Amino acid sequence: MRQVYLDHQASTPVLPEVFDAMKPFFTEAFGNPSSLHQHGLRVRDALAKARSQYAALINAESPDDIIFTSDGTEAANLAIKGVAYANQRKGTHLVVCETEHPSVVNSIEFLEKQGFTCTRVKVDREGMLNPEDVRAALTDKTTLIAVHHVNHDIGTIEPIKEIGKIANEKGIAFYVDAEASAGWLPIDVQAMGANLLSFSPHRFYGPKGVGILYRNRKARMVSVIHGGVQEGGRRAGTENVPAIVGGGLAAEIALREMPERIAHTARLQKRLWDGLKSKIAYIKFNGPEPGPKRVSTNLNISTEFIEGEGQLLLCDMNGIAVASGSSCVSKSLKISHVLAAIGLDHALAQGNIIISLGKDNTEEDMDYVVETFVKIVDKLRNMSPMWDEFQRGIIDSVIAPTGRGKSFSEHAAAVSGKAAH
Amino acid sequence: MSETYTLYNQTVMEHFMNPRNMGDIKDADGVGEVGAAACGDIMKISLKIKDGKIEDARFKTFGCGSAIASSSMATELIKGRSIDEAMNFSNQEVVDALGGLPPVKIHCSVLAEEALKAALEDYLKKHPEMAKKGEAVAA
Repeated sequence: MRQVYLDHQASTPVLPEVFDAMKPFFTEAFGNPSSLHQHGLRVRDALAKARSQYAALINAESPDDIIFTSDGTEAANLAIKGVAYANQRKGTHLVVCETEHPSVVNSIEFLEKQGFTCTRVKVDREGMLNPEDVRAALTDKTTLIAVHHVNHDIGTIEPIKEIGKIANEKGIAFYVDAEASAGWLPIDVQAMGANLLSFSPHRFYGPKGVGILYRNRKARMVSVIHGGVQEGGRRAGTENVPAIVGGGLAAEIALREMPERIAHTARLQKRLWDGLKSKIAYIKFNGPEPGPKRVSTNLNISTEFIEGEGQLLLCDMNGIAVASGSSCVSKSLKISHVLAAIGLDHALAQGNIIISLGKDNTEEDMDYVVETFVKIVDKLRNMSPMWDEFQRGIIDSVIAPTGRGKSFSEHAAAVSGKAAH
Repeated sequence: MSETYTLYNQTVMEHFMNPRNMGDIKDADGVGEVGAAACGDIMKISLKIKDGKIEDARFKTFGCGSAIASSSMATELIKGRSIDEAMNFSNQEVVDALGGLPPVKIHCSVLAEEALKAALEDYLKKHPEMAKKGEAVAA
């Protein structure tokens, strides 16, 4: 059976050359970079090289501004908590976009319990922030603005440069979560006006187990993990040398191959969406249209009258690996907060599938996905009372209303006695 | 990949991939459609009842793998039961017959129980004489 991996947002396979580069650091070059003997000095050197490779990916002024953590989530935690705590005498107000990743959202919630306050700036129906709304949210007690570069669910590319200008004008630290963009979109922290930026190599064919936080001198930050004096005192703990080395090489390759990877995935993104919308009725593309406002790797679709986890399972049984923002796949039984923020109808959020393309996907893969998905949609629609009721005019479509019947939400509220959340 | 890993156990996967009794019943004797406020899933069960027994049961479900498997299993279990027996049907029977469900998915089996009971109530409303003497029609 053809295997088509479409969840590159979750992780990517390590490149063979990256794997080779990592191996010696497990066995012969196993030293701790903090040791003062040959074994330590040798790996310290390797880390310095990796630092330059990461710095080059984002055009950081200096490799010294690169801090190694255990993953992207820890890097986000360090940026947010580290800056918030460092500046708390100056102010305790934070401004974030409402569609940030859970590592940001939950760090903020934690800080709110500690007495910080936060304004969550709303996005429009494509997930886009308006820089003027960010400006309007600022107070003289604001010490951090956090906005992601690319959205992990719907691929929206946020207006980072404009927000950076506002942050720099006001002298407020500006943190950019680049987890969903690093390696897939050019990043220039200097042009962005970003004081902090995070990402992790396992999104661009490097290993898991390391996260990168870029932080320039202009941002005051305390450390969150305490212990020895690794990473210039900014993050204690023995560095994951093999992962850092591997990730550095992956970063170098990502920078070099970026134009081709972007062009390739953009072609596939178009082919896949064109195929799906031409063969399947009542299907919607969430977020901005493919183009300058959306990253080339992401598709976020809602198929009406059927549920997302069911689609995901049937895809998996057919060798296709995808993700979903439906409430049924979440442990809290809530739909993705990003889909809620863009005002997506609950029924369509329920029928959600998230696809993230990679460099190894092919045009044949896209065609296979289209023809398989047609069968999956058919099978699930035949099983669905909503599809049947739509055909009989009892409920109406949200995507292409016919004017007959009530809405799914009305109907769902009627049969469950409560409105769907 | 040489091995297949599945999100649910074999029984649940089987009922999801090859559901039993999927569909509607023409001139059904009782139909129940319920929604799970928890997650937004919707289940519909249709019954054919003859001589106080469930002769046939069909389901249609808008929901995840566990929801589809739960409704498939529920319709299998209730076929041939009397109305009284069916009124005492519990979601636990579905969970047991499926070999267990993840805790966060137990509500799917509850939904199947509710859909069945809604179908029975629909039937009893149309045939109040079939309700057992001394028993109120279940709320």
